[in-house]
Amino acid sequence: MGHVYGQPPDRSRRAFMRHSAALSGTLWAGSGALLALAPGKGWTLELGQLDAHAGRTLLIATRHIFPHPKLDDAVYALVVKDLDEAAADSAVRDLLAAGVAGLDHAAGGDWLALGSDEQLALLRLGDGQPFFEKVRATAVVSLYNNELAFAHFGYEGEAFSKGGYLNRGFNDLNWLPAPDQDASPSV
Amino acid sequence: MLKVELDDDRAVVIVGSGAGGGTLANELAQKGVAVVLLEAGQRQSPESFINDEWASFGQLAWTDPRTSSGSFRLAKDFPNLPAWICKTVGGTTTHWAGASLRFRAHEFKTLSTYGAIDGASLLDWPLDLEEMVPFYARAEDKMGVTRTNGIPGLPGNNNFKVFYNGAMKLGYKDCHTGRMAINSRPRDGRPGCQQLGFCFAGCKMGAKWSTLYTEIPKGVATGKLELRTRCHVSRVEHDTAGKATGVIYFDADGREQRQRARVVCVAGNSLETPRLLLLSESARFPDGLANSSGEVGRNYMRHTTGSVFATFEQPVHMYRGTTMAGIITDESHHDPARGFAGGYELETLSAGLPFMAAFLEPGAWGAEVTQMLDDYAHMAGLWVVGEDLPQSGNRISLSDDAVDQWGLPAAHVHFDDHANDIAMRNHGYAQGKALYEAVGARRVHFTPPFPSTHNLGSCRMSADPEKGVLNRFGQTHDVPNLFVSDGSQFTSGAAVNPTLTIVALAIRQAEHIAGQLSARAL
Repeated sequence: MGHVYGQPPDRSRRAFMRHSAALSGTLWAGSGALLALAPGKGWTLELGQLDAHAGRTLLIATRHIFPHPKLDDAVYALVVKDLDEAAADSAVRDLLAAGVAGLDHAAGGDWLALGSDEQLALLRLGDGQPFFEKVRATAVVSLYNNELAFAHFGYEGEAFSKGGYLNRGFNDLNWLPAPDQDASPSV
Repeated sequence: MLKVELDDDRAVVIVGSGAGGGTLANELAQKGVAVVLLEAGQRQSPESFINDEWASFGQLAWTDPRTSSGSFRLAKDFPNLPAWICKTVGGTTTHWAGASLRFRAHEFKTLSTYGAIDGASLLDWPLDLEEMVPFYARAEDKMGVTRTNGIPGLPGNNNFKVFYNGAMKLGYKDCHTGRMAINSRPRDGRPGCQQLGFCFAGCKMGAKWSTLYTEIPKGVATGKLELRTRCHVSRVEHDTAGKATGVIYFDADGREQRQRARVVCVAGNSLETPRLLLLSESARFPDGLANSSGEVGRNYMRHTTGSVFATFEQPVHMYRGTTMAGIITDESHHDPARGFAGGYELETLSAGLPFMAAFLEPGAWGAEVTQMLDDYAHMAGLWVVGEDLPQSGNRISLSDDAVDQWGLPAAHVHFDDHANDIAMRNHGYAQGKALYEAVGARRVHFTPPFPSTHNLGSCRMSADPEKGVLNRFGQTHDVPNLFVSDGSQFTSGAAVNPTLTIVALAIRQAEHIAGQLSARAL
């Protein structure tokens, strides 16, 4: 199977996939908003389809595609979770396998072992290709559509159960003058 | 409760329950006319609406296959989602923001006002503002539009405060919280706005007008309106005399049914309405029903749009409160000195984090996008919405390859931006940037058009039957008992959000149909 990273080495899919595997980490000390939501500092993502190397590679690839230096790996892991679930479809599993193997091949063995700039330079070669686009299109939804990301970026999400924002700051901005009453009547 | 038999041919059958179809159904029922209202989608309610952008999209949006082509950027960004309209009872009135503005007089007379423009198929409407005024007034009262009928304006949110201060610095004179079909206080049995945000996700307060919980239940209560949900109309049939006899539809169980009709009114939005007429081709109407002009599907308009998002040193929290929280109308006039014909409005716009990530710069990746998102809580936004010019080649046609779940050819949307559209969009972008920089923006981003919510003109009204599909009442030139009752009727798009005009036209059309039925002319 040819692709932009060149021919991957002959590596059986069974060796690559289908291992019981997990990604884990510890919430960063600076992730205050996330620490408030989490039961503890440690996090673990059980993988059903991908092995730990593929999971870690996809996590770091997503960090390059949507770089938020202050956003914890725990949130990026949610993208890996969705990719892992999508990989229950064998076509997706093959696409991700070939993509990860291709990055490693292009890196001369282990893409994760490269420096950040070299990682990005190789990853970029696949921009617009199916593997890259699968990761990007999954991430643009998964990375930003969860409570951890909401807390990190300062979005408050669901509002109805809290009575909306009428009494919770919909017009609390005070660094500009208040508009005229005619333009914006009081509540 | 009315129950119309399938072979009963005395009722008016309306296809689609949104701003046009839902309003028309109630107006006819109030006059004692029996109506069958067929809606392809399911019924939701304020209770079932979801304060979650992607989940709500899945609940409400029309996601049947569509295809697209042309130079407009949506053909690249969202080739299978050229329009963002709804498949649910109430149609896109569940999703709309609520902005309710009248056309200006000249916007009904664009050919006379602008003169002929290369590449554009401009035409005057066969009606004018003066005769629309009473219908606009009735629509505003029905919908509870703020700043009409003694209804106060809504209070402005944080996004509006940034917008307003920028407007004042630029010297704009006409900036306020808009004329909105959102209750600023309880009215018509519905509560006042609680500033939830999520206007696009269906209003869980029911404070925003939607035919779902206003027109349709009022019509049903008369005993003259039968609503059938999950009924997808696939064909309008006619007899040997060329009169419409009824419709074929797939019911909720996927069975084909034939509902006979005295009159058929199509209100499936500007994509599905021409598609249905084209699908209804026959030996007598080989190019599609009511298409002797060849204009069915043509002159499709989607408004010239674009968004400007800016980040600031201080927090904004733009997502709190109404999505469209204010308007500037200073650019809405026709002034060719700006380099384009027609005008545009600037309206605030916000999105939650999930949609901001997806739509800020579709398809993009890397630091340019993520650095804007890092400042999400400090972001303000506005939308440019202006008149785009009708072009004959901008059209809805039947897809050559894609089919829907019924095996029917999908709608294909072809759209090329006119040079006038591009000049207007760029002017709006520049004004939006200047507005935000006047109040200290650190970074400004121009966001390309979203999948279209304003879909117009694809079965336009024309005095001359060769230049359009409909007469001045939305009645097809070719088939006397076949009407179009949605935004497809628009001969021009104007600089304003279209829903108020769709509702006003539906009220007017109901009077015409009821009168014709009484006179036995239909």
